[in-house]
Amino acid sequence: MQKISVLLFLVWVCFLFYAGIALFTSGFLLTRLELTNHSSCQEPPGPGSVPWGSRGEPGACWMASRFSRVVLVLIDALRFDFVQPQRSYVPGEPSVSLPFLGKLGSLRRILETQPHHARLYQSKADPPTTTMQRLKALTTGSLPTFIDAGSNFASYAIMEDNLIKQFTSAGRRVVFMGDDTWKDLFPGVFSQAFFFPSFNVRDLHTVDNGILEHLYPTMDSGEWDVLIAHFLGVDHCGHKHGPHHPEMAKKLSQMDQVIQGVVEHLENDTLLVVIGDHGMTKNGDHGGDSELEISTALFLYSPTALFPGAPPEEPKVVPQISLVPTLALLLGLPIPFGNIGEVIAELFSEVEDTQPHSSALAQATALHLNAQQVSRFLHTYSAAAQDLQVKELHRLHDLFSKASAEYQRLLQSPQGAEAALQTVITELQQFLRGVRAMCIESWARFSLVHMAGGAALLAAACFLCLLVSQWATAPGFCLHLLLLVPMIWGLAGVVVCAGLLACAGLKLDPVVLGAMAAVGSLLPFLWKAWAGWGSKRPLAALLPIPGPVLLLLLIRFAALFSDSFVVAEARATRFLLGSLILLLVAQLHWEGKLLPPKLFTTPRLGFSAPTSPPRHNGMHALGLGVGLLLCVRLAGLFHRCPEETPACHSSPWLSPLASIVSGRAKNLWYGACVGALVALLAAVRLWLCRYANLKSPEPSVLFVRWGLPLMVLGTAAYWALASGADEAPPRLRALVAGASVVLPRAVAGLAASGLMLLLWRPVTVLAKPTIGAPRTRTVLTPFSGPPTSQADLDYVVPQIYRHMQEEFRGRLERSKSQGPLTVAAYQLGSVYSAAVVTALTLLVFPLLLLHVERISLVFLLLFLQSFLLLHLLAAGIHITTPGPFTVPWQSVSAWALMATQTFYSTGHQPVFPAIHWHAAFVGFPEGHGSSTWLPALLVGANTFASHLLFAVGCPLLLLWPFLCESQGSRKRRQPPGNESEARVRPEEEEEPLMEMRLRDAPHHFNVALLQLGLKYLFVLGVQILACALAASVLRRHLMVWKVFAPKFIFEAMGFIVSSVGLFLGLALVMRVDGAVSSWFRQLVLAQQR
Amino acid sequence: MKDSDIKRLLYIHLSCIFSVILSIFIPSFFLENFSILETHLTWLCICSVFVTAVNLVLYLVVKPNASSKRSSLSYKVTRFLKCCVYFLMSCFFFHVIFVLYGAPLIELVLETFLLAVLLSTFTTVPCLCLLGPNIKAWLRVFSRNGLTSIWENSLQITTISSFIGTWLGAFPIPLDWERPWQMAIERKPNVPYVVELGTVTQ
Repeated sequence: MQKISVLLFLVWVCFLFYAGIALFTSGFLLTRLELTNHSSCQEPPGPGSVPWGSRGEPGACWMASRFSRVVLVLIDALRFDFVQPQRSYVPGEPSVSLPFLGKLGSLRRILETQPHHARLYQSKADPPTTTMQRLKALTTGSLPTFIDAGSNFASYAIMEDNLIKQFTSAGRRVVFMGDDTWKDLFPGVFSQAFFFPSFNVRDLHTVDNGILEHLYPTMDSGEWDVLIAHFLGVDHCGHKHGPHHPEMAKKLSQMDQVIQGVVEHLENDTLLVVIGDHGMTKNGDHGGDSELEISTALFLYSPTALFPGAPPEEPKVVPQISLVPTLALLLGLPIPFGNIGEVIAELFSEVEDTQPHSSALAQATALHLNAQQVSRFLHTYSAAAQDLQVKELHRLHDLFSKASAEYQRLLQSPQGAEAALQTVITELQQFLRGVRAMCIESWARFSLVHMAGGAALLAAACFLCLLVSQWATAPGFCLHLLLLVPMIWGLAGVVVCAGLLACAGLKLDPVVLGAMAAVGSLLPFLWKAWAGWGSKRPLAALLPIPGPVLLLLLIRFAALFSDSFVVAEARATRFLLGSLILLLVAQLHWEGKLLPPKLFTTPRLGFSAPTSPPRHNGMHALGLGVGLLLCVRLAGLFHRCPEETPACHSSPWLSPLASIVSGRAKNLWYGACVGALVALLAAVRLWLCRYANLKSPEPSVLFVRWGLPLMVLGTAAYWALASGADEAPPRLRALVAGASVVLPRAVAGLAASGLMLLLWRPVTVLAKPTIGAPRTRTVLTPFSGPPTSQADLDYVVPQIYRHMQEEFRGRLERSKSQGPLTVAAYQLGSVYSAAVVTALTLLVFPLLLLHVERISLVFLLLFLQSFLLLHLLAAGIHITTPGPFTVPWQSVSAWALMATQTFYSTGHQPVFPAIHWHAAFVGFPEGHGSSTWLPALLVGANTFASHLLFAVGCPLLLLWPFLCESQGSRKRRQPPGNESEARVRPEEEEEPLMEMRLRDAPHHFNVALLQLGLKYLFVLGVQILACALAASVLRRHLMVWKVFAPKFIFEAMGFIVSSVGLFLGLALVMRVDGAVSSWFRQLVLAQQR
Repeated sequence: MKDSDIKRLLYIHLSCIFSVILSIFIPSFFLENFSILETHLTWLCICSVFVTAVNLVLYLVVKPNASSKRSSLSYKVTRFLKCCVYFLMSCFFFHVIFVLYGAPLIELVLETFLLAVLLSTFTTVPCLCLLGPNIKAWLRVFSRNGLTSIWENSLQITTISSFIGTWLGAFPIPLDWERPWQMAIERKPNVPYVVELGTVTQ
């Protein structure tokens, strides 16, 4: 099997995963571009729209204001049927007494007694029906999706134009009381605000009682123009008890009293709006798009008469965002720029005027303003983003121009018939509804087909990894077939899909095309698996994972379905990792490998026969385990708390050194950080000294010797500058600023050149021609007496053989005049892992720079921890000399777990506000101007550093047991300056071959690499599959946008980074392999000459 | 022989479970305000004392291991003292393991230590009773092919399932149900007895 086909196969598997992730994402994560344009008073949305000179009036912008003040009572989760009276749903039957019916009696009373003053609507919210998204919609008039691709990810603050912004820029005083979500959404815009914590869902009363304490005094003080009161009790009651609970009746009665009280306090120029932001299901949850979740109540009341007619029997249905343009125009403000809602036309009728014509004209004016604004938004949006359908856009544009022209004509000749005005109104409404429908189509609808397809594709890819990693070790396994056939099928899938789409006249979607290609290429494989299912493969072969590891993976899988466990994943990962470590130690003991063998057998001189597997000292393995646990626990000290756990305190060590006030503490910490750097460097050099030869003249070795200390120096200097930048004397400011730009770039450049050198000449071997006979190195240990047991024979016979060999060779050499040129090649046995470790070290330094200084301690721990883990794992692996080589599942799972654990212990959390944005400014203190890929790369490298490092280091799992092989032998040889040497000559096999065993069996080596890659991809793939399933199954969950969706995004990004890193790591090992081969060839040529 | 051993084992385990149950109910007659959830520290103490006492008494009565050859008083005293030292050491060892697993170092130190004591009573005490203070014998029992009698088999199963029970007890901790029993780090290793009983009696 060739290397290139192994890599290609991995690329194909990665492509399957990517296609699945992309397909799922396209169905689940709805995206929209956020525009930051603002409507302004001076700038009307279109030409010549303002009739009857209202521009002259004070305080009027696009339209004359009807109300000067507004009270907005927002009752969270006020479902529409909560305002219905007690009545039976089926006529003729006695009424069912439901706790939530008939409790809001004051609304009914007002509607009956003052039909011209009040109106009730059934307002339809757009999914996702979560409070934050609804609040965004209710203020911007748009359809918020999960990712509003805006300029600012770091906070939740609304960047788009919105009602609150319009209020404040018009000089209105906005007073807020209630849910503290508003604090994040609108930081610092309220003239007065009373925030109450909304986190605890079980607390029904804190927010409501807090509001009631302030509501009436504030209303009476008159120090406000806009008063917003956001009550949370109903929502929390739904989450805690569900709507069918007596507690709900109490809560709604309380709300009824509130409304009644507010109505009594209203003055004539004030509008009262009572609205629910979303509904709830029968269980009291919300977030999805079922009828009960999206139907909410909207109640308007004005002390002066507002409506010409009596309310209809059945309340009208309006979209929830209609409130935005309506409120804006009623208060004489510009409609927010991004609004796509339609004004509620009947609010703009003239009540006093008896002339029906003017009423229709007023409605048409409001609608026309609204339509102009929406049309302006569409124009701007479609210029910036391409996700709206072009054909539909043209149709709507034509509709709008036609209606607008008609409206202008009617304005010129006001004596026109009322029928013409009605047509204009209908056309404008059609336009507005068409726009909304189009936007909903592209922004606010889960595509269940895409989600299910993506999840199925991910599951199939995992299955493929599992099966092929099983098949790979079987004899007669041919990768070419498994690679070529899928390619053909994939191409066929693409062609068929493209043809179908072209026939149907649909747009070619690259995501769907990719998914079709993936499905097509999977088909023959699935067919093969199906065919081989019944005949020869028992079920046990399909589940090759040993029981405890399988349980561990299952726990990881299941934990992603619970929001508590996702939030506590940092602790859970540490717990699982600790369990796995103890399990490994216990397993070693169970199989008798842990104990020193002398407990079982009598100690014997020269026991360690060269053929016996390396036996480890009991305390050695136990010490490794305890050391690992200690490292994991220490790394856990650098922990950032998720926001969902208020009781938890983040580690203070995650802040940069510059934030420390005390100079002494700062110096101490700085010393510790530089110490960690130096320790890291020293450890790596020591390791390389021990296993690889630092005396080799190869350029990459020279780089390790001289370049790495330079990088450490650069990093330390940069940290010194960064932590003490404010204390620099003014004369040196320019120098400091220059240095803080140059130093990080220099370190990164050094690392890049080091990697290049490593790729160019990866063989760090010192070849030394030795002339003459090789030293006789056979150490004969004394043995006397007749051999009594098998062990004795095992020991004695090779000794005799070797002795005879030496004798024979000595005679041969004496017969020749000059002995053949032998070459001693040092460190050939660790040539692969030396390259990987060098690459990892070169990667670490730039990544370290992107982190806060004190994280360097975590990186030191990371190296230590993986070193210990590798040793522990290697202790449990017995190498079968001719192959096949396998990497056990527990190694791969432990490695993946450790990657996750390091992600958390470097101060990350899978939520957007927790991303370390400062990383984008390392080396670029002035910002990046307009380029976006470079800061994204820097922030991404900071966030997924651990994924990258562990994925690149993955081949070490395969290589390490071979390295550990040398230790047993080294103990036997006594000379202090021991350098394990792998002889080129095949007959001198008494030296440990170490990684040369891999080279000797290239087929098995390639299979092992493939298997390693597939297993790692499987472990990661199972996680991403669990995230995808959790996000789709729990898409109605309260926490879906706060916990599950960010987790999925981070996991998907982490998977992509990991797979790329894995590919690079494997490619590096293969490059080294190629280089070693060519080195051998040169050596042979040199000998022949 | 084997059947009678199994019967004796069954009685021992039944009485252990009974003692755990007793430790829940008996103290409420003597102590005021006793409940598992609120005064969990007291309960942990009482439970470990009960289980230790029952174990000691039963093993003394049943005497599964052959009596040692020497029976001088000084030998017995040193043996007993050695047992005590081993028990304490195992408590400290478990405490260290719990802290390494993520238990807080300073807060809740008493809870953590009592949990270590409780786990020791479920694991170390039977080992001490059956095998005596002999680490090599312990290590032999807990490795493949190291069993010599049904008593050791039972010991192996009980101890391992106690560890697993303790391990399982950590799972409800992150859940946000806000129950008082979550606040106390209470993991109840008496669950494994039920699991293990079925295995032994078969």
